Amino acid sequence: MTDPAPEPLLRTEKLSRHFKIGNALSRHTLHAVDDVTLAIRPREIVALAGESGSGKSTIARLLAKTYKPTSGEIYFGERPLSSIRSRKDLLRYRGEVPMVFQDPFASINPVYHASHGILRALTLHRPELSRAERYEEALRALTAVGLSPAADIMERYPHELSGGQRQRIGFAQALSLRPKLILADEPVSMLDVSIRIGLLNVMASLRDQQGVSILYITHDIASARYVADRLIVMYAGHIVETGPVEDVLTSPRHPYTQLLISAVPDPRAELNVSAETDKGEPPRVIDPQPGCRFRWRCPLAIDECAQVTPELRQLLPGHQAACHVAVASEPIRAFG
Amino acid sequence: MSSVRADADPRPPGSAKTTGPILTVSDLSVAYVMDRGAVAAVDRVSFELYPGEFLGIVGESGCGKSTLLFAIAQLLNPPATVTGGSVVFKGINMVGMTDKQLMAIRWRDLSVVMQSAMNALNPVLSIGAQFKDAMRAHGVTSAEEIAARSAEVLRMVGIDPVHLNSYPHQLSGGMRQRSMIAMALLFTPDLVIMDEPTSALDVVAQRSLMVHIKKLQEELGFAVIFVTHDMSLVSHFSERLMVMYAGQVAEYGATRQVFDTPRHPYSAGLMEAFPSIRGKRVPLTGIPGRPPDLSRPQVGCWFAPRCPKVMPVCSEVNPDLYSVQDVQVRCLLYGGPAGGTARADAAAPAEEMSTGD
Repeated sequence: MTDPAPEPLLRTEKLSRHFKIGNALSRHTLHAVDDVTLAIRPREIVALAGESGSGKSTIARLLAKTYKPTSGEIYFGERPLSSIRSRKDLLRYRGEVPMVFQDPFASINPVYHASHGILRALTLHRPELSRAERYEEALRALTAVGLSPAADIMERYPHELSGGQRQRIGFAQALSLRPKLILADEPVSMLDVSIRIGLLNVMASLRDQQGVSILYITHDIASARYVADRLIVMYAGHIVETGPVEDVLTSPRHPYTQLLISAVPDPRAELNVSAETDKGEPPRVIDPQPGCRFRWRCPLAIDECAQVTPELRQLLPGHQAACHVAVASEPIRAFG
Repeated sequence: MSSVRADADPRPPGSAKTTGPILTVSDLSVAYVMDRGAVAAVDRVSFELYPGEFLGIVGESGCGKSTLLFAIAQLLNPPATVTGGSVVFKGINMVGMTDKQLMAIRWRDLSVVMQSAMNALNPVLSIGAQFKDAMRAHGVTSAEEIAARSAEVLRMVGIDPVHLNSYPHQLSGGMRQRSMIAMALLFTPDLVIMDEPTSALDVVAQRSLMVHIKKLQEELGFAVIFVTHDMSLVSHFSERLMVMYAGQVAEYGATRQVFDTPRHPYSAGLMEAFPSIRGKRVPLTGIPGRPPDLSRPQVGCWFAPRCPKVMPVCSEVNPDLYSVQDVQVRCLLYGGPAGGTARADAAAPAEEMSTGD
């Protein structure tokens, strides 16, 4: 990142994660994430968007240290994550960078009160607190995510709470650890549309009131636009475009970003079916060869795209795209 | 009881009104009957579907939209039971039919595409073998005929017929959903019922599938009932739209009308709940509160506790479906003892509630 912005809270450098698949007779490597360099600054919501299989959840797991990178490094402040060895350090890191999961019906233990997970996480990650302090902290977190009366909510069982309330509990659990960065993997995709907005508003208030950064992983670009400051678009394990969310959406430079934006259903717009050629088949990330991974679907692909993997290039201030064809002055038109 | 019959609503020009409806659902009610009492999951839903028509049904989880579909297709399992009403498909009431009678209709005249293709397809059989099963069950025994038709329907949905030999796990999510749709089209049915077939797909695959469904529908002329929680998804594809809330029809009418001037405060709220990809970035509130608990019946409108336009009468009177222009709305703003305060200016209804951009 070349912006003269504040020091990043967390950044990755050429981060890759490959998975071995197949058996002894047919060995293949699946490149889930390849050469991803990104930065998350304090007090910002960064949306990581892409289709299923683009590697966005793998990035969350790498940042949460549940996967080890195949190559590359993650820096939390100055410290490389690979230097975290002891359980104590790991617990501390996970307290500072907690995760919120997609499915609020599966991520809360149904046989305990709603407060159980929060109090237990506090015992683990903030052992210095007394029992009374833990309770106070849980109350504070629940209030901050808009669950009130908090004391009453703590006594309830998960089945007594709606999906939206459960997901707020997930955020409260993360918030009680006094985190710097919350990794939220599709936190609203399981919720009903009428309550999604409420959760997005909670995320915005965590940033504005509590000063927390959030990595918001989603396939829903409209919600990314609603809540995020910056947008990172991934395709087939690569970052294809990144920049301030409004810049990327109003003048997308990468053909894939254009395709993604054009596919968002918008009841207020006319349907443009004539542009319909793309079936949305998943990219090929098993033993990939050099070259742009979007080239099979790209109407603008040139010879170079089949030979050289495009690097992220700065096209506009803070706005980068990895495309051989994209230029700064005039946006190319591939879709939409 | 509804005071409005479906034959009162004018249809968009071009719909084959002369042939009569292919499906007539009248006052269909479904309850989950349990020890501690019955929960009404679908409450007196009526509509008609004409050949080749595309009906979208939207609502949140628990609003009864999937239960309604299952009731129409006679796929309910205990404790869910149809407690009233009828489902007349091609002149025959399907409620109370035996399994044997239903078997003759299923796949042939009416097929269902389920939400999760991964769960609906058999993981240990190839796609082709599953197609063969369905065709054999309906008396097609010639291997050549089966192979030819299987390849043909796969081609129709845009999949290379070599995938007849593939197993479900070898296909992408989009291809699995497409093969489910191909299977539903084996006998060119008159009605295809779809329960959120695109919800597991990303937006690009989703749009592609929707366009494909629409194209096939126009070519083959089957009618579609399409259930989804994503209102904006059906906006371009359905002719008629039904918004459900708490097991009841909240609003029902021509899709464009419901979108452009949502009358029911719930439909208006649903539209406001989507952040837009274009236009100004405005703070949204969604709909406060939570969906109602149907096991605790209440007097008055189910939506009243969350409604921004709530009136005192809303907690006293159960609203009926009232007809406003060509749209049916279950809201006391448009009828009932309050006299329908919003009726007087029905020409410009719910102006302050519309999307306003």
